[in-house]
Amino acid sequence: MYPYKIEGKQISISDSIQTNYEIDNFIKPYREHIFKDLDSVLAYSANTYSKTDGEFNTAIGNFMADAIYDQVNPVFKARTGKDIDMVILNHGGIRSIISKGNITTKTAFELMPFENTLVVVALKGTQIDSLVSYLCRSKKAHPISKLKLTIDKDFKVIDATIKGNKIDDSKTYYVTTNDFLYNGGDNMTFFKPNDSLYDLNYKIRNVLIDYFKKVDTISPVIDDRFIQIK
Amino acid sequence: MKRRDFIQKTSAGTALITLGNLSLSSFATASEIKKITILHTNDVHSHIDPFGPEDGRNANKGGVARRASLIESIRKENPNTLLLDAGDIFQGTPYFNYYGGELEFKLMSMLKYDVATIGNHDFDNGIDGLFAQLPHAKFDFISANYNFSNTVMDTHVKPYKIFIKEGIKIGVFGLGIELEGLVDKSNYKETKYLNPIEISQEMTRILKTEEKCDLIICLSHLGYNYKNETDKISDLKLAEATKNIDLIIGGHTHTFLKKPTIVKNKEGNNMLVNQVGCYGINLGKIDFYFDSKKNVAANGTSIIV
Repeated sequence: MYPYKIEGKQISISDSIQTNYEIDNFIKPYREHIFKDLDSVLAYSANTYSKTDGEFNTAIGNFMADAIYDQVNPVFKARTGKDIDMVILNHGGIRSIISKGNITTKTAFELMPFENTLVVVALKGTQIDSLVSYLCRSKKAHPISKLKLTIDKDFKVIDATIKGNKIDDSKTYYVTTNDFLYNGGDNMTFFKPNDSLYDLNYKIRNVLIDYFKKVDTISPVIDDRFIQIK
Repeated sequence: MKRRDFIQKTSAGTALITLGNLSLSSFATASEIKKITILHTNDVHSHIDPFGPEDGRNANKGGVARRASLIESIRKENPNTLLLDAGDIFQGTPYFNYYGGELEFKLMSMLKYDVATIGNHDFDNGIDGLFAQLPHAKFDFISANYNFSNTVMDTHVKPYKIFIKEGIKIGVFGLGIELEGLVDKSNYKETKYLNPIEISQEMTRILKTEEKCDLIICLSHLGYNYKNETDKISDLKLAEATKNIDLIIGGHTHTFLKKPTIVKNKEGNNMLVNQVGCYGINLGKIDFYFDSKKNVAANGTSIIV
């Protein structure tokens, strides 16, 4: 049998539709738990930090990259016996500001709403060179930790070091990033091919929450880790 | 006969009227009329609470508790109603981050969803994360073009589901989007994506020829249309390339349509493609009217949108 008539429309779910209280009461305990948890104070921020403050490095980006290094390095070392050499994230991945005052779980959700997890990639020194040229080309304050980069007015490298040492082309470096960037996000194509990949199964947001729980106050600064000499 | 003004007169619609014995007024008085109502959502993305009054785009819209009232009143009016979701149930609010989809599935069960298909974000906690929430869903999941046989989801997802409402046989099959490049492989694991057009041809053959369904609905998470990617399969493309599908309910692209789109299928017959944006701020409603005394041909249907 075929239908002789079809009528189609869309109904807007607006506030003129009555709330079903049986459903709403069912949601209530979940909602209350989340709000209570999101509002729980984890740490204190000495200032307001935004990714737009700073040219090639920002206080908020430095905070994120350094916090990841601090949280993840012990985990990586315990699993592999190796140290992480550096951290790289992307500027676009800083999803909000950190406001002066109380830092709550909600702050971590705002800063990192996505479920991205951290990975450690083993890269040869030659690939670190590609990573460095990417940073020079992008002219953005992509968050980094333990890598130090100085460029000239033409965006050419003057100096690049990892943990204070010149980059050795033959050495293998353990670079921490997130799964999105590892898979080529933000055109970061230098992670492949690689010697090996370690999936930490540790979400960035959870790293931030764990870090906030550990510290009392955060007061990151813009420093000289990535600068241009004009 | 003012309503006629609202009828989008397709060539098929005109043909119907010229048959003479099937005037619109006779429909109103026919005693054997059966009405099937299809309600649908897509890309709700864990939006359980309504948007707040301060929201820049969707202030005071949405909310599962309101959707529940609306669905209840529609069901009261017509018990022959199906409630479907086209995927991306997960991800978008802390409800998902905290409970992993448990509340979404429990609420959809309370709203008596009949069936849902799987969106790319439903893999966000990995295929194991999706599997872990299945006990909370009292409705079924369907996907005809995801082969789950080497995954934990094996046997938990059927290609299609058949419903019989007042003697009308309704076949609903599911379609999912290509996962490679969209979802991390570690999340979808050994899920195999199969060609949606080929699968749809197989599905419509089974549902039309073998199962003899009166109504065939495709629940799709392929996306409405990709203007800049002309090779990419979408609901509009699928509609044109297939036959015997009466309605494609879509998702993925968060497309807000003023009204359902009428598309000519491979055989030149009209069918509908619909999608209702995202975040549960709209409910789609498509009513199919059948008259057992006046069984019209496939091209004799009037579509009012």
